[in-house]
Amino acid sequence: MTLYSGLDKPRSPLYRKFWTGVFLAGVALCVLGIYAATQYVDYTWRWYRVPQYFFYEDVIRVVAEIEGEVVDVAAQGKDALVTVREWDGEGTQDYLVPADDVRVHQGDFVYPGDTLGARSQWKTGLFLSGLWITLKISAIAIVIGMAIGMLTGLARISDNPAFKWTAITYIELVRGSPLLVQLMIWYYVIGTLVNQILTNAALPKVPTFWYGALGLAIFTGAYTAEIVRAGIQSVDLGQMEAARSLGMTYSQAMRKVVMPQAIKRILPALAGQFISLIKDSSLLGVIAIRELTKVTREVVTASLQTYEMWIVCAVLYLVMTFTLSLFVQRLERRAM
Amino acid sequence: MITAKNVHKYFYVPEKIHALNDVSLSVAAGETVVVIGPSGSGKSTFLRCLNRLEYADGGEITIDGMGVLHPDSDINAIRAEAGMVFQQFNLFPHKSVLDNLVMAQVVVRRRGRDEAVAKARGLLAKVGIADKENVYPDQLSGGQKQRVAIARALCMDPKVMLFDEPTSALDPEMVGEVLDVMKDLARAGMTMVVVTHEMGFAREVADRVVFMDQGRVLEVGTPDHFFQNPAHERTRLFLSQIL
Ligand SMILES: Nc1ncnc2c1ncn2[C@@H]1O[C@H](COP(=O)(O)OP(=O)(O)OP(=O)(O)O)[C@@H](O)[C@H]1O
Ligand SMILES: [Mg+2]
Repeated sequence: MTLYSGLDKPRSPLYRKFWTGVFLAGVALCVLGIYAATQYVDYTWRWYRVPQYFFYEDVIRVVAEIEGEVVDVAAQGKDALVTVREWDGEGTQDYLVPADDVRVHQGDFVYPGDTLGARSQWKTGLFLSGLWITLKISAIAIVIGMAIGMLTGLARISDNPAFKWTAITYIELVRGSPLLVQLMIWYYVIGTLVNQILTNAALPKVPTFWYGALGLAIFTGAYTAEIVRAGIQSVDLGQMEAARSLGMTYSQAMRKVVMPQAIKRILPALAGQFISLIKDSSLLGVIAIRELTKVTREVVTASLQTYEMWIVCAVLYLVMTFTLSLFVQRLERRAM
Repeated sequence: MITAKNVHKYFYVPEKIHALNDVSLSVAAGETVVVIGPSGSGKSTFLRCLNRLEYADGGEITIDGMGVLHPDSDINAIRAEAGMVFQQFNLFPHKSVLDNLVMAQVVVRRRGRDEAVAKARGLLAKVGIADKENVYPDQLSGGQKQRVAIARALCMDPKVMLFDEPTSALDPEMVGEVLDVMKDLARAGMTMVVVTHEMGFAREVADRVVFMDQGRVLEVGTPDHFFQNPAHERTRLFLSQIL
């Protein structure tokens, strides 16, 4: 259980109970403290405003466009067909409204703009769309970053000076500069250049999303490469020698013998890297990608409930990172 | 079957060492040669030069007529003909015993899986651990591991077998089972080069014994010659220490 259990005399059950209590009291104190502070500055909590930014009911009203009399309301499956005849002519217009929310009767006189009926639709709110973008861009960046990391890690330990120095240069450049700056370069320098060239060649532009995904992937790739390199080097040299002594080529031995063992060992470090990546994706807002953090700022502006929204945002990130680490833990246990 | 002519090998890190100094040896088909010598005398280095796990700096080495140091020869083809057994077993821990034996057959010899499995099962039976094929290496005893390692090398149908102190990492009670497998192999006519400190094995099985010291082959002879009246003072000293 603990690192050095058994070296000291066993604790009494009371010991465990007491200090668990201290921990819980500490948590309660923090929450209460924050609550009290917000009360002190007269902040009004309005949690009920949160759900609408996940799902909201969008009501679309069907309005009359002409002035006249409703001559017919005919059921058509789940809908009803409302027919209006122009008051000064014979022209008619039909409107389809949901059968359960027809707000006129036959014989009613309507004016342009009058509501004939309404249809409501559930739509996903900003939080969900932001969450989706964050997940999508992180997943893409993880896959590409993993591939880059593997190749770079192998190149890093290669004998070939071109491969080796390319790998070292890439790793040092990426690890030595802030992600924020890298994203700016991807979007404002490389993005502008590429899109200018594409426009001149009459080709469609690359969407911002891809600059963000690529920027993140290349950032993660450099760290993954170092993890992969360390993993490969941690596999006993005898494994490579045994494989080669059987007549396998370097790449066969790498693929069949060394890599599978290395991957298993670096799984926890990779998971940590990918969890960082999910969190780092919150910077993508600065290049106008509407991921979770960016939409939270929009939600705050719209709802004015700053505290609730940022707390929800943090919880959503926690859910993602926690799920990923659970998933990797299971993978690890299976790989044993 | 194996020839080494005037082989030199230097190591430069951490300091310059002349690990093999003009080593020559030829091993005929079906012959078992045991290499003995004090620690650091270059026994492992010599064995590893034979299948180019170390690249010899000078001289000439052939296995089954193929030049190990020749730029045009395919080293992977040569290595497939020279099975190697390591002191530390070096089994693949992420594969079952059966897959340890099957992998290189499929990858290198391009056998179908069924054929490879049949071959592997046959060899596992021969080394006496047919019942362990689905076990992973870390569940085996040292002696069992080394027998699996021998079977893995034999799966490739090698023309020669190289053993680098195959029993040195074993608990004493397991040494016998591994040596028995090697004896059977020698009697069946395998060409073998064995680095070992097991003098009993040398006396019983070796056709010739080679004594190495400080990177040189000091003395070559039959076991009788060796253990009864070695020519060199150095050999005598070594034998008196070890026996
Ligand atoms: N990879 C290496 N790099 C540098 N020096 C080495 C290397 N391998 C061996 N040596 C040196 O070469 C010399 C011969 O080593 P070798 O391992 O061949 O001896 P050995 O006879 O097998 O000894 P042992 O009985 O201890 O296994 C030693 O001095 C050793 O330190
Ligand atoms: Mg040795």
